[in-house]
Amino acid sequence: MATKLNDVDVVIVGLGWTGGILAKELTEAGLKVVALERGDIRTTDKDYAVPNIRDELRYVIRHDLMQNTARDTLTVRNNPSQEALPMRRLGSFLPGEVVGGSGVHWSGHTWRWTDMEFKVRSMYEERYGRNFIPADMTIQDWGITYDELEPYYDKFEHTAAISGKAGNLKGQIQAGGNPFEAPRAREYPLPPLTPILCSEMFDKAARDLGYHPFPRPTSNASRAYTNPDGSKFGACQYCGYCQRFGCEANAKGSAHITVIPIAMRNPNFTLRTHSWATKVLKDSDGKKVTGVAYTNILTGEEFEQPAGIVLLCAYAINNVHLMLLSGIGEPYDPNAQKGIIGKNYCYQTGVNARLFFEDKYFHPFMGAGGSNVTIDDFNINWGFDRGPHGFVGAYNVGSGFNTALPIGYRPVPAGTPQWGKAWKAATAKWYQKAMNINASGSVMANRYNYYDLDPTYRNAFGQPLMRMTFDYKENEHKLGRHSADLVNAIARSMNAVSLIPASARVEPWTVVPYQSTHNTGGTIMGTNPRNSALNKYLQSWDCHNLFVVGANVFLHNSSYNPTGPVGALAYWTADAIKRYVKNPGPMVQA
Amino acid sequence: MKDKGTEKGFGRRDFLKGAVVGGAAAATATPAVIAPQDAQAQQPAPAAPAPATYAFLNLEEAAFVEALVDHMVPADELSPKGTDIGINIYIDRALAGAWGNGDRLYMQGPWKRGVPSQGYQLPLTPAQFYRAGITATNAHCRKTYTKRFDQLTEAQRQEVLVALSGGRITFDGGLPAREFWTMVYQTVMEGMFSDPIHGGNRDKAGWRLIGFPGAIAVHRENIEKFKNKPFPNDPVSIADMS
Repeated sequence: MATKLNDVDVVIVGLGWTGGILAKELTEAGLKVVALERGDIRTTDKDYAVPNIRDELRYVIRHDLMQNTARDTLTVRNNPSQEALPMRRLGSFLPGEVVGGSGVHWSGHTWRWTDMEFKVRSMYEERYGRNFIPADMTIQDWGITYDELEPYYDKFEHTAAISGKAGNLKGQIQAGGNPFEAPRAREYPLPPLTPILCSEMFDKAARDLGYHPFPRPTSNASRAYTNPDGSKFGACQYCGYCQRFGCEANAKGSAHITVIPIAMRNPNFTLRTHSWATKVLKDSDGKKVTGVAYTNILTGEEFEQPAGIVLLCAYAINNVHLMLLSGIGEPYDPNAQKGIIGKNYCYQTGVNARLFFEDKYFHPFMGAGGSNVTIDDFNINWGFDRGPHGFVGAYNVGSGFNTALPIGYRPVPAGTPQWGKAWKAATAKWYQKAMNINASGSVMANRYNYYDLDPTYRNAFGQPLMRMTFDYKENEHKLGRHSADLVNAIARSMNAVSLIPASARVEPWTVVPYQSTHNTGGTIMGTNPRNSALNKYLQSWDCHNLFVVGANVFLHNSSYNPTGPVGALAYWTADAIKRYVKNPGPMVQA
Repeated sequence: MKDKGTEKGFGRRDFLKGAVVGGAAAATATPAVIAPQDAQAQQPAPAAPAPATYAFLNLEEAAFVEALVDHMVPADELSPKGTDIGINIYIDRALAGAWGNGDRLYMQGPWKRGVPSQGYQLPLTPAQFYRAGITATNAHCRKTYTKRFDQLTEAQRQEVLVALSGGRITFDGGLPAREFWTMVYQTVMEGMFSDPIHGGNRDKAGWRLIGFPGAIAVHRENIEKFKNKPFPNDPVSIADMS
């Protein structure tokens, strides 16, 4: 029998970037907030300190900061005709499980998604006609605009210490920045990072070919910084241990050094770690939620936390799972094309070329999480005509190193033996003398890529695992071929002594190896309850005191990393909830 | 350095040799299995600071792993051989520890083979799979060469690993040979390139091989200073900084 706790104003499930932002904003607005986090508290001084944080085996290979799949995982398959089987250990993506969430172990790449995403269907239809979009591509406009989000992007960028160079200040194109970006009101809070050799070489090669390279905006502080809330950042040390590690210098933007400590100093806030949310509770007529049921995973005790407002702020995948387990909204059925929860699951795609140079020292172990140079000529550039190539979406191209540590990264030219003296000699020769050029590509929503509950497998709490059905479609294959050709054209212009060219992906999506922790969709936002789970304020159409925050609200996935709009939408939603508490009810009429 | 048992005239390897020969002879009376081990396999590791002792691997498994890592990482001017770097010790400790025992592995059935894109689907912990895979590889070696893997010549070991890595060996009983190889290969690389705190990469030999500086904390000045210039090859481990 669950212990029923005292009522609070707000209960938050998951305390990463989104939960942290909402906890800070709503406690400051005077609301009593309880946060339930399944992970532990880890701090910079005791957990992310040198030298023990510098352990590739522990953090990269053994996933010390990540979700424990022994307790809960997904089942996976490529299409509805397959039988889904459990993802028995992490691989393709790595959700975090700690106070601070995946924001502790990310690289920091922070982008502003533009109206090319938010108005995707209307823009493509207007330019190319309705038939350009395949019948099974379930993309739609998001119901929000770049202009609405701009102040919130700005707020997140200044909270998270983004280093970068503006390319478009209030419509004026700026030298050194991204000329394709949407207008921004002001500069980034910090200048770009010191470039590394491979990004400089890529910059020159891309420029010589007529493209427009710029330093990637990233949440790695290029110098010491105090954000508008007073949170202090150290300067990035270019340590080479960024993605999958906590930052010992407090130079990487993370909720655990910014919004969460501020919330924790507020007497309105209570954090309960090791608290595993099992269900969102509804009232008898199902029109409102009443709180969250959870289990203390240290003791096994079950609790009910009643609350006036419930915020789901877990990792995108887990937010969708909780919605399905709680029976809120109608589960999506791809055959009948009915229901909404689980719809429009998307991922990302990419290609990579590796270049070898006899006379260079790239120092792959030396760099920030975002020491990359990027081109967006084939990304948010609407001037790039997709018509002849027949795909919807985009890709960005760049060069840099993201966690190029030696268990996982040992580049050798094609044809090198896998062991023995020749392998050793090649590994020794080339480790520091290779660089990569890669493209990251969008994935458009498809009728047959979705989540639902698995009929067979269960988690440690006896609940059904969520089932992920996903594969790349012809649209993504076309985009992949275009991006591989472009990457190879740049690579070939650089006169490497040896080149492993990029090749477009043809095989199905697989749960190994690691690809990207950019899982989107499942509880999509939109303009009405027939096409979405949430309105533009991320408020549930079914239960108006439930908000679901994270990349699970995205209607499709762009080529960009998702944290920029995730952070911006968290601030956007915080403002909406501050209005909601004065006048509770649906904030958009269905 | 000799281990204690060897000094007393009866070492671990002698025991293994006697036991397996005796066992095989009793079971099949095949004279070929009594062929002497090759000279190299009888040499104790000369540079090892301490005799190899194992927390998980049994004698036959230890002999397999030692032969494997010395074949994959042979001694030359670039590095000592695998057992002298402690890759065998890394593997043993990994198998004895949390990872080997299935930490973070979802272990609920039903168990189905699935398709490759669904990843690992065996009802075995890594330690159980390693053990079963060594047994199956040795069974293949006995069938093909009438000897265990650790008793083969270097050329024969090479033949086995090429076939295993190329997916051209099928284990009796259905254990997936290619998946076994993927795990074995990964653990050898981990033993060579992980921090020495985990038992391998002794004297940071794997890091010295490639010029990886290890757990060094600060490159803020180095990022300009060493741009496109050689960086000193003097790696630092967690223990060095503790």
